[in-house]
Amino acid sequence: MIVQMLVFYVLSAVTVAAGVMVISARNPVHSVLFLILAFFNSAGLFVLIGAEFLAMVLVIVYVGAVAVLFMFVVMMLDINFVRLREGFLQYLPIGGLIGLILLVELIFVVGSWALTPQERAMLAQQPAPASVTNVEALGDLFYTTYFWLFQAVGLILLVAIISAITLTMRARSGVRRQSIADQVSRTRHQAVELRKIQPGGGV
Amino acid sequence: MAVPLAHYLTVAAILFTLGIFGIFLNRKNIIIILMSIELMLLAINLNFVAFSAYLGDLAGQVFAMFVLTVAAAEAAIGLAILVVYFRNRGSIEVDDINLMRG
Repeated sequence: MIVQMLVFYVLSAVTVAAGVMVISARNPVHSVLFLILAFFNSAGLFVLIGAEFLAMVLVIVYVGAVAVLFMFVVMMLDINFVRLREGFLQYLPIGGLIGLILLVELIFVVGSWALTPQERAMLAQQPAPASVTNVEALGDLFYTTYFWLFQAVGLILLVAIISAITLTMRARSGVRRQSIADQVSRTRHQAVELRKIQPGGGV
Repeated sequence: MAVPLAHYLTVAAILFTLGIFGIFLNRKNIIIILMSIELMLLAINLNFVAFSAYLGDLAGQVFAMFVLTVAAAEAAIGLAILVVYFRNRGSIEVDDINLMRG
């Protein structure tokens, strides 16, 4: 009990600290690294609450794919980050005000939240039995109740792949590429030319 | 459950607020803005999972999984647009992006 609370506080404190560093780090590479730290600690929070599958997906998808994508872009593009930080302090008051208002609102919502008996009765439709693991229960739901939504999510990913490829693909001019078909289909007439050369005339 | 639900919701609220704050603070840097959006989606996921665990209803975790997928797609497309924009303009300043309007 005490250990769980302790682990929760450590994980959440590191997550929040990493979140602060993401938005305030001077170097965007550090921002990405702190984002990865935040994802890892959130995965720990997920494990603590019993959502093992989502925790692992978070590590694989976010840390393994999304964060690396960010890292690629940050390192690949030659960006003047000093210029991008101009106006950092200028927006601090208004941003802080709006953030504070939102945080207070959210805490009010959290504090006054309660379930009605009707909603509680509705929730009992999908109980998670203790004998079934989290992954098994989620798989059951994905491939039965939420099958079509699951397929739709696959389509969203397909659209994302296609759009990302079509956006970034370009035909660069002035680049010499090997064309094996052209090389193989070359005949002797295209490659060799016989000239009659006069003595002392040159080609 | 050892940890009360309100604790999880508070952490998620703080993370969400940090995301909003980051968007205001780094108004010029699109990469940080995208990362702030990822932070906000993470906070939402934390809410979904916490409620799902405490109410014993797995639908929340299913939806969190969908949110995660959409977040990955969003990051991929957003960064692709960013790369194309940088290729054309040589900078990624948000202030310049209104040049895109047709």
